[in-house]
Amino acid sequence: MVTASDLIAMAAFEEGRHAQAFPSFGSERTGAPVVAYCRISETPIRTREPVLHPDLVVVQDRTLLPILNVFSGLTEDGYVLINSSKRSAELGLSDLQARQPAGHFMTIPATDIAREHTGRTVPNAVLLGGVAALTGLYRMESVGHAIMARFPGKVGEMNVAAAQAAYDLVVSKQKESQNA
Amino acid sequence: MSDFRYTTALPMPSFPATEIPGSEETKFYQVGSFAIGNRLIEDKLLSIQSGPDRFNSLTSGHRACQGCGEALGARYALDAAVAATDGQLIACNATGCLEVFSTPYPETSWNLPWIHSLFGNAPAVATGVAAALKAKGREDVRVVAQGGDGGTVDIGFGPLSGMFERNDDVLYICYDNEAYMNTGVQRSGATPPAARTATTQPVGPEPGNVFGQGKNLPRIAMAHEIPYVATATVADLHDLEYKVTRAMEMRGARYLHVFVPCPLGWGSASKDTIKLARLATQTGLFPVFEAEYGDITSVKKIRRPAPVEEYLRLQRRYAHLFRKGGSPEVIARLQALADRNIRRYNLIDEESLDEFVKYEGDEK
Amino acid sequence: MLKQIEGSQAVAQAVAACRPEVICAYPISPQTHIVEALSAMWKKGELGNCEYVNVESEFSAMSASIGASATGARSYTATASQGLLFMVEAVYNASGLGLPIVMTVANRAIGSPINIWNDQTDSMSQRDSGWLQLYATDNQEAADLHVQAFKIAEELSLPVMVCMDGFILTHAMEQVDIPEAADVDAFLPPYEPRQVLDPAAPISIGAMVGPEAFTEVRYLAHHKQLQALDVIPRVSAEFAEIFGRTSGGLMHHYRTEDAETIIVCLGSVTGTLRDVVDERREQGERIGVLSIVSFRPFPAAAVRAALENATRFIVLEKAFSVGIGGIVSSHCRAAMRGKRFICHELIAGLGGRDITKASLHSYLDRAVVDDVEDTTFLDLDRELVDAELAREDAHRRSGAIPENMLRDLAAREN
Repeated sequence: MVTASDLIAMAAFEEGRHAQAFPSFGSERTGAPVVAYCRISETPIRTREPVLHPDLVVVQDRTLLPILNVFSGLTEDGYVLINSSKRSAELGLSDLQARQPAGHFMTIPATDIAREHTGRTVPNAVLLGGVAALTGLYRMESVGHAIMARFPGKVGEMNVAAAQAAYDLVVSKQKESQNA
Repeated sequence: MSDFRYTTALPMPSFPATEIPGSEETKFYQVGSFAIGNRLIEDKLLSIQSGPDRFNSLTSGHRACQGCGEALGARYALDAAVAATDGQLIACNATGCLEVFSTPYPETSWNLPWIHSLFGNAPAVATGVAAALKAKGREDVRVVAQGGDGGTVDIGFGPLSGMFERNDDVLYICYDNEAYMNTGVQRSGATPPAARTATTQPVGPEPGNVFGQGKNLPRIAMAHEIPYVATATVADLHDLEYKVTRAMEMRGARYLHVFVPCPLGWGSASKDTIKLARLATQTGLFPVFEAEYGDITSVKKIRRPAPVEEYLRLQRRYAHLFRKGGSPEVIARLQALADRNIRRYNLIDEESLDEFVKYEGDEK
Repeated sequence: MLKQIEGSQAVAQAVAACRPEVICAYPISPQTHIVEALSAMWKKGELGNCEYVNVESEFSAMSASIGASATGARSYTATASQGLLFMVEAVYNASGLGLPIVMTVANRAIGSPINIWNDQTDSMSQRDSGWLQLYATDNQEAADLHVQAFKIAEELSLPVMVCMDGFILTHAMEQVDIPEAADVDAFLPPYEPRQVLDPAAPISIGAMVGPEAFTEVRYLAHHKQLQALDVIPRVSAEFAEIFGRTSGGLMHHYRTEDAETIIVCLGSVTGTLRDVVDERREQGERIGVLSIVSFRPFPAAAVRAALENATRFIVLEKAFSVGIGGIVSSHCRAAMRGKRFICHELIAGLGGRDITKASLHSYLDRAVVDDVEDTTFLDLDRELVDAELAREDAHRRSGAIPENMLRDLAAREN
């Protein structure tokens, strides 16, 4: 998840904004729960405290949901994007979805999309495409550049394609619920 | 009762004799610090020490004790290194007798660039010096690090091993007088069994240093498979100079372990320093050999074998073994150690013995 | 060049631009990304005439730096926490020998109990070592201070520690204008040693000095550090001329001129405090932040000038001296000798505990009316502490304190 919040920061930087991304985990260990924060602003960011009132929470690993209170402090208008093929009810998050404004809660099968486009099950880049569509926080183009800067060559291209796929999926889901 | 019941059953290895230029022509026998016989051999085979224009890396005015083996060894070794490198040499010294007696502020008796940092870091300082020289494109300048047994075998062990492991271009010389001498003769990882030191006193049921401990640094150096490992003593100047010269012809990590008696610490007469070093080799207690990349390549064969007792009697640090009826069983154990070395390093060959000597060791 | 970059990477690139000749590296969290980045640059041949040595311990890292620096090479290493302690003998040796080594300390707590997260106990433990200590308030300053550090170190022949909060800065990704090599070349001349190991002019370095001269040698060490009080601002000004931004110097004043309350701090908490100060200013409070960059030498006169017109000063520090209290606060009180002052000590962020604006506001609400203890540990869990004290009262074999507390915390969560 460190890489994902870094990429969000890089996308914001692409667009000439200030961004601060930092992890809250410790030793490098695959499998440990990891929280990464990101702040984006038009003005320089000074504070170093953790993000206690997020406008967006991205859950990369839904198995953490029963363990950590990941939505603590989520703002009234906050967005939620969860890597899962399940719907909110199946995840036990119907209340949360109802609390947030319509269209601010979304799940996408990011791991599957990642596997399909990159052959690996790392959903970071995919989720970024989803965030772009869900929140309009940054343009898809910017996150594409950020991905290519971090993962050059074929790997980067595949991840950009995966992110684009997620972007398109979110857009189509949004249209669906608008029409519903 | 031998400690080495199992190893005596193993087949004996065979190693060639160390060949030093000039020694095959004139089999002279060195006594004292004068390299007797130099006037009998060709100029080019003269020892570096015998030269009127020898560098005197460690020059006069230092405060070493009378008969200090380390002062002798350091001058022998560094003069040879300076000669081998055309004067392009930097020395890094650990804390200890050598450092203390050679640099009493505001004087120094070193004629070459020299740095003393700490007790346990001489190998690492040398690593840094070598790296700097390489970065500056000055690999013509070579690096020697040196320290006593305490600074090498104990406190400097980690950095030494690291330097070996990286194969840094440093020659490390250990001057081994078998205890922490400068601080008052305390036991080190190089102190031999039964020896008296201030922290292994000759009292109680097992007086002196215990058996079954101790570190064999030359063998540990060999285990690192570095380009060159050798042992030497101040009793054989030609051999020591030869080994330093050989070492300086090579690049990468090299280790030289030099046996240097300490009259004060050992309780020996200051005139016996060379004699004691020679006896240590003749008894087999201190094997003299060369190794490259982990394998022994040559050994200095013993010409005149001697029983350990002859060596022990000259040192008050072993006096407790001879009082009140003596400790024959301890002496026997020390003899067993010596015998094991003779076997292990193939130190005795019939043909290497001096003519008048007859050796009965094989029967033991 | 402006980049969105991780603090460690920014530092590595800044150090690389300084043309180091010998880099010694032993890994320890949270400095690892710095030495890894430098090793990759070196391996690709991007560092020019430089040797990178993978040493086997921090003690060797500093020792090899000593050897390299004494041979006239520009030398760099990095460490944190336990690693800094492991090399302490060599740290004192380096400053005693007057070698201009630059070392990054990625500030981290010291065990026991083992803790890999940020606080400033490590560098604080070496405040007496004779090294200069500069504390970066953000990653831009972290990068810039390394460039300035080489210049300061080499001019004074003294080693410099550049301290940056571990994880909070080292692992944070933010905008940094990386100093370019050409600009660094214009700013930082090649290293000209005052003493060097050279066969052409042999000298002995590292003699034993007895009572007849030791005091004088130590006096000069102190004197040189005090000279740094002039060198540090001057170098910061020279840096500004070439790089076009203010970075480093002795300290940063933020809204302190008319402040009734001034919060003194070191390092990255500056950012959070400036936000807090702005919020409180909006409520009409006259409050400011004084961020000390040069902790050694301690700029007593400048600190005094900054604090003397305030009613009170609060020192927020990420370390403390066990058995007495705040370290930085004691320095500030010494600077205020002879003046009436009110000083509150706030120990915060130990072992990586988050310092939140909410907690700061809550503390400050009371502190600005002096309704606080002399020394406060921010967000201290009184319940946890009392439970342990009760345990110790009840049984002799009360168990290991950290493990007891962790168990209490786990029980609380369930």
